Amino acid sequence: MSYMGGEYDVIVIGAGHAGSEAALAAARMGCSTLMVTINLDMIAFMPCNPSIGGPAKGHVVREIDALGGEMGRNIDKTFIQMRMLNTGKGPAVHALRAQADKFLYQHSMKETMENEPNLTLRQGMVDRLIIEDGVCTGVITQTGTTYKGKSIVLTTGTYLRGKVIMGELAYESGPNNQQPSLKLSDHLRELGFELVRFKTGTPPRVHRDTIDFSKTEIQPGDDKPKFFSYETESSTNEQLPCWLTYTSGETHQIISDNLHRAPMFSGIIEGTGPRYCPSIEDKVVRFNDKPKHQIFLEPEGKNTSEYYVQGLSTSLPEDVQLRVLRSIPGMENVKMMRNGYAIEYDAMVPTQLWPTLETKRLPGLFTAGQINGTSGYEEAAGQGIMAGINAARKAQGKEGLVLDRSQGYIGVLIDDLVTKGTNEPYRLLTSRAEYRLLLRHDNADLRLTEIGHEIGLVTEERYQKFLDKKSKVEREIERLRKVKVKPVEVDELLASLESAPLQNGTDLLTVLRRTEVGYTHIESISPSPEELTEEMKEQVEIQTKYAGYIEKQQAHVERLKKMEKKKLPEDIVYEDVKGLAIEAQQKLAKIRPLSIGQASRISGVTPADISILLVYLEHYNRVTAARG
Amino acid sequence: MISDTIAAIATAVGEASISVIRVSGPEAVQEVDAIFKGRIPLQQADSHTVHYGFITDLATGEKVEEVLVTIMRAPRSFTMEDVVEISSHGGVVAVRRVMDMLLQQKIRIAEPGEFTKRAFLNGRIDLSQAEGVIDLIRSKSDRAFTVALKQVEGKLSRQIKPLQQTLIETLAHIEVNIDYPEHDVESFTSELIKEKSAEVMKAIDELLRTANEGKILREGITTAIVGRPNAGKSSLLNALAQDNRAIVTDIPGTTRDVIEEFVSINNIPLKLLDTAGIRETMDIVEKIGVERSRSAVNEADLLLLVLNSSEPLNADELELLEQIRDRQVIVIMNKIDLPRQLDMDQLLQYVQEESIVPMSIVNEEGIDRLEQAISSLFFGGKLEAADMTYVSNVRHIGLLKQARQSLVDAYEAADQLIPIDMIQIDVRLAWEQLGEIIGDSAPDSLIDQIFSQFCLGK
Repeated sequence: MSYMGGEYDVIVIGAGHAGSEAALAAARMGCSTLMVTINLDMIAFMPCNPSIGGPAKGHVVREIDALGGEMGRNIDKTFIQMRMLNTGKGPAVHALRAQADKFLYQHSMKETMENEPNLTLRQGMVDRLIIEDGVCTGVITQTGTTYKGKSIVLTTGTYLRGKVIMGELAYESGPNNQQPSLKLSDHLRELGFELVRFKTGTPPRVHRDTIDFSKTEIQPGDDKPKFFSYETESSTNEQLPCWLTYTSGETHQIISDNLHRAPMFSGIIEGTGPRYCPSIEDKVVRFNDKPKHQIFLEPEGKNTSEYYVQGLSTSLPEDVQLRVLRSIPGMENVKMMRNGYAIEYDAMVPTQLWPTLETKRLPGLFTAGQINGTSGYEEAAGQGIMAGINAARKAQGKEGLVLDRSQGYIGVLIDDLVTKGTNEPYRLLTSRAEYRLLLRHDNADLRLTEIGHEIGLVTEERYQKFLDKKSKVEREIERLRKVKVKPVEVDELLASLESAPLQNGTDLLTVLRRTEVGYTHIESISPSPEELTEEMKEQVEIQTKYAGYIEKQQAHVERLKKMEKKKLPEDIVYEDVKGLAIEAQQKLAKIRPLSIGQASRISGVTPADISILLVYLEHYNRVTAARG
Repeated sequence: MISDTIAAIATAVGEASISVIRVSGPEAVQEVDAIFKGRIPLQQADSHTVHYGFITDLATGEKVEEVLVTIMRAPRSFTMEDVVEISSHGGVVAVRRVMDMLLQQKIRIAEPGEFTKRAFLNGRIDLSQAEGVIDLIRSKSDRAFTVALKQVEGKLSRQIKPLQQTLIETLAHIEVNIDYPEHDVESFTSELIKEKSAEVMKAIDELLRTANEGKILREGITTAIVGRPNAGKSSLLNALAQDNRAIVTDIPGTTRDVIEEFVSINNIPLKLLDTAGIRETMDIVEKIGVERSRSAVNEADLLLLVLNSSEPLNADELELLEQIRDRQVIVIMNKIDLPRQLDMDQLLQYVQEESIVPMSIVNEEGIDRLEQAISSLFFGGKLEAADMTYVSNVRHIGLLKQARQSLVDAYEAADQLIPIDMIQIDVRLAWEQLGEIIGDSAPDSLIDQIFSQFCLGK
């Protein structure tokens, strides 16, 4: 029996890391929002590693926070370890990584969502979409409830026709034995969407009290933890260490002897797995000259004894998993609490999306997270907030918001997905960004808070604080440019830093550019008249020290922006553009890029094709202008 | 709208009297002025005026070429941008020197058809001509692509690939250090960066040195001398080489089965292909002759087919004639001092009469006629491959120099202990610049390299 469950501006299906950001963003932008999910206990669940952040991924969390999203705040509340990685490298690649109390993380996110005024949470399984006049206008659940919405956001994670595989065993299931979503997948195919089958996996979990930590190395958190959110100022969270051990020769022998029982090699698994996240059996086969592999033992929370065995993702049969675990130093007598497993799921071919994450085929339908072929909580959340923003803006009759590749890793991620597609679960890496030096961990707020405020996700109070920071940093850099020093005034300092003495008088900014000199040194000679926070001082130092490199990249960005500004009309018929190579015609017709810039990033579209497109575009514009 | 400044050679290379190089873009006047020495600075010159002076080498202060420079300011120019036209002495060397100096300024080499494209985009050319512009871009690009493809298979590519490989492995290593900071991979230190960039720099220096000596990146109309044994191919080669200035012989680094000889005929540079094969293998020509002719035929812009007029056409020759019907070919009827046995009517079914040059090579008779025939083909505009090759070579040298500079930057940064993720910017630039020469620097290949070189995972 079908009945009307209600009407909303935005409906979000799924409550993982993409779904929760999408729902919160839409609700906070003033949209009445419904979030439907199979199991309300699984909001923001971490089915794999209990950690958030790291290079590129941590940058995304900072960007989500700068835009007004939740992931940064939530992990700051629930971390059990915080570490800044890459501190020996440049500021652009400093990356924060947290171990989460995965249970607290979920509870905290659920609490935040429950307290969001415009947001309704509802447990239920969506089986079908409602289509009216070629537009997606709602959803129908397993129980027959109809919900109508102006925009629908689909975030199905690994639930879509999910299948868990372990040794000879395979069964339909979502992650961690959750109910899979079976009907929706067929429905999407019926609607004409192209789906692919991807695979991912997770390692076993073991009991803390059965680990001999004396045979492992301790990996503590930072003494003075930093935070993901620009709003978090302090924390009283107690930190727990992780532990490092290695696989042994015996481990590799056990795996080699049992490869015939590994689904990866026996042919049971059909989905494409990611290269960057291979199972242990994959590593042993592909890199068989490596005598040992790192294994990190990570606590899953404060109030649990379960430890996550990082580095041991596997779909070997249960008995082999246990023997593998016990061949690793420190785990000779370990008790396994949960098996590792591989999971296959359906994902959308992401080139079916506009850069706003709305599907081209079905206006009103947005998708975000693993359904778009990505992997990782942060990648999911980054898409989630953008899909939520764009779903809300669509419902409000506003134009979509697209971040470009110079504005954030989120921009890089989405542009890669919708322009190039992916043939394996996509993981963000800093090397995917052309402008790594501009997309720093420290300047996410400078890049995105303005936008977050404009769309209504960043509060006025926070925005004012941000403006204050920005102007103080600018004023201080200006001041340092004006303060002149004579050699005699700084030579003692320079000598103490083993920096060459000054030949002539110069300004303090020039002195700060030296590798050996930090802002604290400059401060000791000439303190700022204004009170500056550590964060502000850090900005002054980074922006000054690396100005040369930053300007180099900025010049590239200006060129990129010009190409991004040349918009391609949506109704362009590429078959009619004379002179385009056949391959370019087909690719362009499929991707339908929004700008010349996007077109130039499609593989198979050559510079000559772009020249021809430019000429065509000019022709088109003149004809359109002539018609008035 | 268009922000950069471009240059290209506007006349066919090799033309006897003058060559014109056209520069267009917002910085055209300023950038040419920087290397121009004349009575007044070009920046103060009125539009549509001509100035006598010299192009100079900023590094040495030497005068490179005597030139006439014409200034045409926007919008009263072909592209509606500021345009500077530099007229220099004709010939390959002069043009190349001027081009080299220009490319050291903030000027890049134009893409195929780019002047016309700009003229159109800036509204100079009307809509009815848009299609012509597209055709021009397409055909010029396809031609450039063919040339590029040859180079991908060629020796330049073989020399650049290992350098690119060194750089991509270096990059992958740096990237793994950055993206997987806790992974047990050796740290990529400043010392390693210095070592690797010095290694590649040295190899680039070697390439540039040979390029400057004109031994590797030679340009010219690829010309194949084909014909059956004893028709007189080697005599022809010797005659051409003696009669004309041989520019280079014996190129080091080439494989021995293809040797190129450069000659200049009436200032037209010719690259004679496969001459070693012809010269050294008189005895075994029977075995490989036809095969070799075929492959030379495919590569060449111009074919010189040597026939022995004292014998009838044989089956191999008929097959060859059939194969080269649509090509630029000059048929040399050799041995006209002997009684003629060759059936002219049969030959005329394949080639036009004006392409046939009667010669007696041993008696040095008819060489002037052959040179005349080559000249008229060239100046008649029927041969143009040379300037494509030429342009791409200037481009290559420019890219090699840029790549070298990027590595110098990387080296110096490493020396100053700049963080590796910033040095990476310069290393990556060098990798892309080398890749541009051989048409291979897809951004995804770095990601592929990372995952094939290192065992990463959670």
